[in-house]
Amino acid sequence: MTDATAVDSDAVIAVEGVVKRFGDVVALDGIDLHVRRGTVFGLLGPNGAGKTTAVRILTTILRHDEGTARVLGIDVARDPQAVRERIGLAGQYAAVDENLTGRENLRLVGQLTHLPKAIYLQRSDELLERFGLMHAADRPARTYSGGMRRRLDLGAALVHRPPVLFLDEPTTGLDPASRNDLWGVIQELVADGTTVLLTTQYLEEADRLADLIAVIDGGKKIAEGTSAELKATMGATIVEIGMPDHQSADRAQHLLTGVGPIDRDGDGRTVNVNVGQGARGVLDIAGLLEGAGLVPETFTVREPTLDDVFLRLTGHRTDDVPSNPDVPLAQEGAA
Amino acid sequence: MTTTQIRLGDLSSGGASSAHRPPLGWAVHDSLAVTKRNLISLTRQPQLIVFSTIQPVIFVLMFTYVFGGAIRVPGVDYVDYLMPGIFCQTVVFGAINTGIGLSDDLQKGLVERFRSLPMARSAVLAGRTSADLVRDVFVVLLMLIVGYAVGFRVQTNLLGLVAGIAVLLLFAFSMTWIFAVVGLKAPSPETAQAMSFPILAPLVFASSAFVSTSTMPGWLQVFANHQPVTAAVNATRGLMLGGPTAGHVWESLAWSVAILAVFAPLAIRSYRKAA
Repeated sequence: MTDATAVDSDAVIAVEGVVKRFGDVVALDGIDLHVRRGTVFGLLGPNGAGKTTAVRILTTILRHDEGTARVLGIDVARDPQAVRERIGLAGQYAAVDENLTGRENLRLVGQLTHLPKAIYLQRSDELLERFGLMHAADRPARTYSGGMRRRLDLGAALVHRPPVLFLDEPTTGLDPASRNDLWGVIQELVADGTTVLLTTQYLEEADRLADLIAVIDGGKKIAEGTSAELKATMGATIVEIGMPDHQSADRAQHLLTGVGPIDRDGDGRTVNVNVGQGARGVLDIAGLLEGAGLVPETFTVREPTLDDVFLRLTGHRTDDVPSNPDVPLAQEGAA
Repeated sequence: MTTTQIRLGDLSSGGASSAHRPPLGWAVHDSLAVTKRNLISLTRQPQLIVFSTIQPVIFVLMFTYVFGGAIRVPGVDYVDYLMPGIFCQTVVFGAINTGIGLSDDLQKGLVERFRSLPMARSAVLAGRTSADLVRDVFVVLLMLIVGYAVGFRVQTNLLGLVAGIAVLLLFAFSMTWIFAVVGLKAPSPETAQAMSFPILAPLVFASSAFVSTSTMPGWLQVFANHQPVTAAVNATRGLMLGGPTAGHVWESLAWSVAILAVFAPLAIRSYRKAA
């Protein structure tokens, strides 16, 4: 660890100007990321934005073409083996052997991370217990539900107690209850001092877990900040005006252009206006519509969400936003 | 419980690997772990075991009782002539599973996980081909029992039998590396399987496995007499039945070594590139 940078000793992950090309396609176009010890860093972006490529580079699976990437001060290109000893990877691509039992999967990772046998036997059982998989420990993983499989996958990333954890879309494809469940587990890990880099296309996931969020699109970082900071760039309040048809929506949009940043929803009939001065702005909008004889079907005043930020920054919504993950907890896969 | 807990800091100061080096080194340790994983995995997929053993048994029965009567090989019982060919066919077709297994690991994301672990890079390939070698040992022993049941008898001695099996297994091992490359290049396990058959069919059927190559048209004989399956079958036949042996054995060993020399590095390169 002689090459650890003294400049920013708190940066557990330090990425500077990283470029990755696949033939003519530029997957990462000069990305900078800094993740502080004991925090959760969210990489937010749509499919194909470059999130997974970034994780693959940092976990030594891929080699980048330009720039430097360090984990705990170790250059991932120069000493990948030292990096591998200190990281864990879980998520949509990392996987478990479905013909092996949960216990066998964890023990295999223990062996391959070169832990003494007594330690990996004990750790495997601890992780099965902690992630609520003990009842299924001796069943092949192919019999597990989606949520159980993700928990096992996450467990497999933790057998060697890595101080840095990479989670690549950890809850993609999970039902809301399992997602909530996994979020809880991740929050516990962070409370224990693990540094986490998380990729997600779910805004609520970044909102809930990440201390700092970088929005990436087309291989570039287009914004970075806390969830609150990103939302603050949107203005204080959003007024959502649902008009009866496209024509009246066009007129409303034209009419309200001066009030604040404005955009249209995919349905073509909903106009969103960002107003900076709260109630005053809302009244102004109501007055303008009234004066022009435009009567909306719906008129909603709300706080901005990360979804709004994303739409503003990228010009498109994330492809798949969960409607409401905070539904009551249904116990899946329980004995 | 608290006594054996390692704090996070322990890993960042020197890593886990330097703690207790196993006697044969980490590459062997990791390859054995992956081999064991593949063998466990194999025993949990009964359909794989069934198909990799039932099919050759059907071949034995079919060639012995259906085609056998029509095939004349001078100076030898057809069942004795046939069995070394069947042994070879079985292990060579079994090599397809190496490619399917690797392709499956790639598709399911297991290779991704392995690559993020501080394990020996060679272990995924070595563990796969070793597990397939172990499977071949079992399949050949099973076929030997089936062969004895239908009248096959070794004409030389125990040493000939063991040496014959050894030559076969080395050849089978070299073939698994060819299909490792196929599996790593194929976009899916299904494609890996589909790609393998056209490679194998001419090698296995245009060989001396089931009939003497002298019964084939001249142009086909040129191919059949100069390809690795014929070499392996002739060597095994010589060792188990007698007759000209040494030349065939050297030829087969040369093929196996040559195939390994070309395809093992190719497989390692494909593994590094596969994402």
